[in-house]
Order: sequence, then structure tokens, then C-alpha cells
Amino acid sequence: MSPPLVSIVDVRKKFGDFQALDGVSLDVQAGEVLCIIGASGSGKTTLLRCVNQLVTIDSGAIWVDGALTGWRIEGTRLHALPEKEIARQRLATGMVFQRFNLFPHMTALENIIEGPVQVQGRNRAEAVREAEALLARVGLADKAGAYPANLSGGQQQRVAIARALAMKPRLMLFDEPTSALDPELVGEVLAVMKELAASGMTMIVVTHELGFAREVADRVVFMDRGAIVESGPAAEVLGNPREARLKAFLSAVIA
Amino acid sequence: MAQGRPPSTLPDIAHYTHVPNRHWGRWAAVAVIVLLLAGLARAFAVGDIEWRFVGSFFTAPAIMAGLYNTLWMTFGAMALGIALGVVTAVMRMSPNPVLQGVAMGYTWLFRGTPVILQLLLWFNLALIFPRLGFGEFSVRTVDVMTPALAALLGLGINQGAYTSEVIRAGMLSVDAGQYEAAKAIGMTRLRALRRIIFPQAMKVVIPPLGNEFIGMVKLTSLASVIQFAEILHAAQNIYYANSRVIELLIVAALWYLIIVSVLTPLQMLLERRFARGTGGTR
Repeated sequence: MSPPLVSIVDVRKKFGDFQALDGVSLDVQAGEVLCIIGASGSGKTTLLRCVNQLVTIDSGAIWVDGALTGWRIEGTRLHALPEKEIARQRLATGMVFQRFNLFPHMTALENIIEGPVQVQGRNRAEAVREAEALLARVGLADKAGAYPANLSGGQQQRVAIARALAMKPRLMLFDEPTSALDPELVGEVLAVMKELAASGMTMIVVTHELGFAREVADRVVFMDRGAIVESGPAAEVLGNPREARLKAFLSAVIA
Repeated sequence: MAQGRPPSTLPDIAHYTHVPNRHWGRWAAVAVIVLLLAGLARAFAVGDIEWRFVGSFFTAPAIMAGLYNTLWMTFGAMALGIALGVVTAVMRMSPNPVLQGVAMGYTWLFRGTPVILQLLLWFNLALIFPRLGFGEFSVRTVDVMTPALAALLGLGINQGAYTSEVIRAGMLSVDAGQYEAAKAIGMTRLRALRRIIFPQAMKVVIPPLGNEFIGMVKLTSLASVIQFAEILHAAQNIYYANSRVIELLIVAALWYLIIVSVLTPLQMLLERRFARGTGGTR
């Protein structure tokens, strides 16, 4: 078997006195769709944000696409990488936020080409062509010139997915991508994510959408108090939970 | 009831004319104010003001030169102030405690002393440092520190301390998620500031900055105390010679009013430019 695309090894993170991550280890294979579930405060969002270094870990190691993220190995010491290098490493991952975080002063198209043109220095005309194709892929071909304020939540989140894809990442991170949406808009975003999963993209999805997890995830991880409590194929974890905490969580979510 | 017909017991008044309130108080207030204004106008008209001097000195060459100096000093000092303000605000928001400290110290020092005192200090810099520069490449401070340069440095550096807080407020107004989204597409902090944060902060920054700009137009008059030949200084020079004090002060006042009246619509144009994506000016 080829090495995993993402390898998280014994990662710990404290915010003040709060132990957000308490020794998490996890591998994600290329092409795999992994869903992380758990109550709020369980550390699932923090773990996701550690993968693309929006949160700096206290100890442990995270490898993405063969590279140790955030640190340079020198003898038996790890030295923090400079900001520029961290920014470059982030190009391997795309991130979709709960609150979309589109740039409000740019149109949908400008949001999508911002990274490719400004950060990757790619040809603008080519970036525009690709952005138009991405907008069509997420079903928003007619919204290229619209500002985020004039788009619905579901449309904004689909633009945000297109913006992340425009960087041609190896890995896509989703942080509760449908939690801020009105119920009737959840489906359109999940549909885009299903299509993306089917195309072979490696995805780590923090979600409360158990239906999506059951249908799309290759593997589901349940976290509680900063640690992974249970992990396995979606049908098993969601259909036949072993841990008491997972059983309690599932019955609370479904009820 | 769904038919919209009132029950037959109520009087049928739907076709009557509606008469709005008569605001007698308003009309009385207008009458009083008009009388007072007329009295004020008459007082100035018959008062000891030779209005023809106001007219003849309005475009006198010395006043025109003063106008020119006031204008370029306003824009120059504001440009310096904004440049310093942006740098200071970015330093203040940086994770580096040394930069934060320098930024806070600068703001403290220049907000904590009167501008007129700062102007006098700059103008008299030669008393502290008789020469500026190193060895061969040094010059006498009195040759360099002209009234214009002292005014530019004094007003601009003082303005930077205030502007930095305006810029910082603008940066703080931008949602933290915007920094994260910028980082997530591989931007460094400085690129995120330039491409994502500042354009959004502008919307918040422009109204108070317009205020500061208008304040600067009038603040330049302080430079008259260090012999900078702006409008007020020019007006004073003339009235020292011909004793038409009030007439020349009125000339200066009119020019300040004209400058400020021209600047105000410019601010509205800028606001419209930076309101992109918010669905119009709010």
C-alpha cells in the first residue's frame, strides 16, 4: 500500500488550560473520504485546522503529501518553518469554512481566481477559464459576476468550494460546511461534495450530517474530549456503535 | 369583514378628506429664526467691515500663494500621516511584541503633546542638532529645516499617530474568517492585508479619515506660528501692513470654507468606490 496522504501522529494542542487535542493519531489514504463526528468541543474542528496549520500544534507531527507540516527536522529537533514556507505548504490543501468566508469585495469569479493569480502567479486568462469551468461544475455558471452579498448561503458555499478547488489541492478540508445553512440549502452543497468525492478527491469532512457520512464516507471517526474514541467504516460506526459515548451521541443527534 | 365593508352601524366616512396637522409651532419658529438671521445680517452689513476690502483681497497674489501652500501642505501632511498610520497600525496588530511596543510608544508620544508644541520643536531642531548627517555628508540644520519642512514633519507625524488608530479600527472591523480564508489559499500575512483586509477596511476607514482630512485643512493654519506662508499667515501679513484685520480674516475664513466644501463630495465619491459588494452605500 502506498503511504497515506495525511498522517497525523500523536498530536496534542492546549488552548490555555483546555486540552483541545489529547494525542490524536490518524491516517488518511489518497482518495479516501473521511468524516469526523462528535459533539462541539470534542476537538474535531481543531484537528481539521491543525492539518492546514491555521492552528499550530503543541506536540506530535502532521504529514501531508509526504511533507512534515510546519516544522523542519534538524537532528532530533524540529524547527518552526517561516511563514512563507507554511503558506506554500497550505497550497496542498483546500479548506471550506462553516461561514463560507468569501471575500465580500470580490465577485464570485474574482474570489476563485484570487489564489491562482495572486498566490500561484498563474496566467489570468487561463485562471478565468478554469474558474468558469469550476463555477459550472458547482452549478453556478450564471453567477460569475455576482457579489457574495447577492448569493444565498448555499450558493456562497458552492463558490467557496470552487475557490478551494481552483488551487488544485491534493486534499480538501470541510469544516461543518452545511451548519450555517438554512435546511433547504443543505442539499445543494452536499450534492457538490458527493460529486467531488466520486471524482476521487481526498476529503476530510467535519460534519453533523450523519446521512451524508453514511452515504459518502469511506470511514467515520468519532471524537470526544480531544481524542478519537471510535473509528471504522461508516456503516459500522453509525449503525453498530460499540462505545457508550458514541451511542449516547448518536441517539442525541438522531432524536 | 373580508369584503372590506364596515358594519352598517359605523358612519360612512371613507370618502371624507384627510386634513394633516397644522404645525403652527414650526411656522412660529421659522418666523423667529428669519428675524434673528436678518438682524445678524444687518449687524454685519452696518458693522465696521469694509466689504470692498474683502472683495479686493480675496484673490490677492499673497492670498493665492497662501491658498496654494495650504492645499499642498494639507495633502502632503495627510499623505505622510496615512503612510505612517498604515505602518503603525500593521505594527500594532503584528504578533511581534517589539513592533507593538514601538507603535504604541509612537502613538502615545505624539497624541500626548500639543501639535503647536511639536511644530515649534521641529522648527527649532537646530538647537538640539546643529548639523544633520555624517561627516562629509552633513548639512546645517537651519538650512534644511525650513518652515515648510518643519510644518510637513510636525503635522504629518502627528497625524500618523491619529490615523493609525483609524486604520486599526478598520482592520479590526474585518471578520477574522477573512484572514483565515486568505491564509487557506496560501497568502502570507502581508499579502492578505493588501489584497483582502485593507480593501474591506477602507469602507470603515474613509468617513473618519475624511474627518481628519478636513481637520488637517484647518490644522495647517497652526503652521503660521513657524512662519509657514499658508492662508492665515498670508492674511496676517497683509493686515499687519494695512490694519484691515477683520476683512482679511473673513477672506481666510471664506477660503477655508471653500476648500472644505470641495473636499466633502470627494469623500462621497471615495465611499462609493469602496462600497463594492455591499449592495450600495449604506
